[in-house]
Amino acid sequence: MSVTTTTGAKVYEAPGQAGSPVEVKSRYENFIGGHWVAPVDGQYMRDLSPATARQFTEVPRSTKEDIELALDAAHAAKDSWGETSLTERARILNRIADVIEEHTEMLAVAETWDNGKPVRETLAADIPLAADHFRYFAGETRALTGTSTEIDKDTVAYHFHEPLGVVGQIIPFNFPLLMAAWKLAPALAGGNCTVIKPASSTPWSILKLAELIGDIVPPGVLNIVTGPGGEIGKALATSRRIAKIAFTGETVTGRLIMQYAAENIIPSTTELGGKSPNVFFADVMDADDAFLDKAVEGLVLYAFNKGEVCTCPSRALIQESIYDRFMERALERIGRIRQGNPLDLSTQMGPQNSKQQLDKIMSYVDIGLQEGAELLIGGKQPELDGELADGYFFEPTVLKGHNKMRVFQEEIFGPVLAVTTFRDEADALEIANDTLYGLGAGVWTRNGSLAYRMGRAIKAGRVWTNCYHQYPAGAAFGGYKMSGVGRELYRETLTEHYSQTKSLLVSYSDQPLGLF
Amino acid sequence: MTYQDGQPPVDRVTATPAALDALARVREQRGAVILYQSGGCCDGSLPVCLEQGDLRLGGGDVLLGSVGGCPVYIDDRQYAVWKHTQLIIDVGEGEPEGFSLPAGDDRHFITRSRVFSATELAALRGMKGEPSS
Repeated sequence: MSVTTTTGAKVYEAPGQAGSPVEVKSRYENFIGGHWVAPVDGQYMRDLSPATARQFTEVPRSTKEDIELALDAAHAAKDSWGETSLTERARILNRIADVIEEHTEMLAVAETWDNGKPVRETLAADIPLAADHFRYFAGETRALTGTSTEIDKDTVAYHFHEPLGVVGQIIPFNFPLLMAAWKLAPALAGGNCTVIKPASSTPWSILKLAELIGDIVPPGVLNIVTGPGGEIGKALATSRRIAKIAFTGETVTGRLIMQYAAENIIPSTTELGGKSPNVFFADVMDADDAFLDKAVEGLVLYAFNKGEVCTCPSRALIQESIYDRFMERALERIGRIRQGNPLDLSTQMGPQNSKQQLDKIMSYVDIGLQEGAELLIGGKQPELDGELADGYFFEPTVLKGHNKMRVFQEEIFGPVLAVTTFRDEADALEIANDTLYGLGAGVWTRNGSLAYRMGRAIKAGRVWTNCYHQYPAGAAFGGYKMSGVGRELYRETLTEHYSQTKSLLVSYSDQPLGLF
Repeated sequence: MTYQDGQPPVDRVTATPAALDALARVREQRGAVILYQSGGCCDGSLPVCLEQGDLRLGGGDVLLGSVGGCPVYIDDRQYAVWKHTQLIIDVGEGEPEGFSLPAGDDRHFITRSRVFSATELAALRGMKGEPSS
């Protein structure tokens, strides 16, 4: 790729090009039982880079038979992996983290090329957070303790965490490696083997990760099968041979996941998105200081990862007394967002992940304008030159309207902000909670009591207070309402979602009960 | 679906010729299918195409209508905030994510929308089976 930068920032060569930190093979295989295994049917599907809309490799278009092979490998490995000591499990997880960190640049460029997100984000967030996630669960598993309860003088209940066995995990396209880490790390920490299905549009970066960590984990513990969700996702989720299914994606597939889990009587965790409110109270403008600057940036964070984030703060609620002055600053900041080659370190926003996403975003801007929303900025594709001309780029967009409009009610999964005003705290809370979803929210104020009241009253699993879009391991993440069931990112993900609880009830008395 | 007071029929969901063609082919290969309007993360907002009977339907599922012999459903909570718009099922480039069947090779179903006119909304309010909001 021969795009030059106008800012003087470094531009990485595209994967496969001379000088790129990433090698690309013309074809990849499934990773099953520690080996690269061709799909049974011999079919492959294209993997495109969203920056150019051009194919750069191909991956298996797998079928049910490939899922069965992966389940065979996982079941062959599950007993020995389940008995592996906590010390060894933690060592392996830490080793994975070290290897990710050692290859940060390679993985970041691969992730950027597969997904479209700017390389400054993958270098600074996706890859370091993925490594830290493995370290967090290495720590949790090394320090894992059961409990014992003295029921009476001679009777003790011991509680052990035991592995579930083999789990199925379906990964979304928006953070292909980080979401894989969110699911893989607690699964392995719990002593489980996994079969992972990456998203159809971003199947490659996790295969690059498997090239690095494939010989760190024992064969069969980690298995990756690529292909269409309707084929292999369904085959995995309906299998009688999984003990748990985890999914991130849209609501209808989420329902199917829960339905299949019910049919097999196994647990599921689902993360199904949101329509997160970002609430700005008037006092943020009480001073023209660093905090105000942070709050303005907090609004503009809707453009982070081109809006392809489950918790995208895609509804901005601004107190009416500051609306004009606050939005003037925000729009000025939005107007300066640099779009372009995602491999350019100065690029702030890359292309949307796929043509599907781009089409959907445009259809939403269309419906918003039909509904009478006012276009404040953006609303179209930017004109980019050269190889980027065909990329799936869309300008950061702001629509002003009211909360009953569809652009306020449905997750667009793009850089489209719906902004409205509120009168007072009660009005803000009513609008914030007037949504089908409850994954994330943001509250911005200099008033600590107000921040606390709002944070507790908003029906969402994560309320960022005077910050947004931070995803540290150790802070629970998951949804209320239609945003799904379960929590990731914290200790209980390991102990509640990826472990069985065994209660061993032991009598140390030699005396019979005397009943019979 | 019946109409009162001689109002013209208003379809809550329609489909483009491309979508009708794709649905006919999917039905040839798979038998009866349904479309269910999704929401939420990733490729939420797309209509998910499933073999009939795959998704267990319940009391909260609203039947919007039928396109090319294929019933189209939506969650009643979502319908409450979408009901002022007509859904237009179309086909776009690329594989579907989620568990949706594709709309042919490297194609997926997509929902486009149109805001109903006041006349159409009035006619819809007169239609039997309209869920109360």
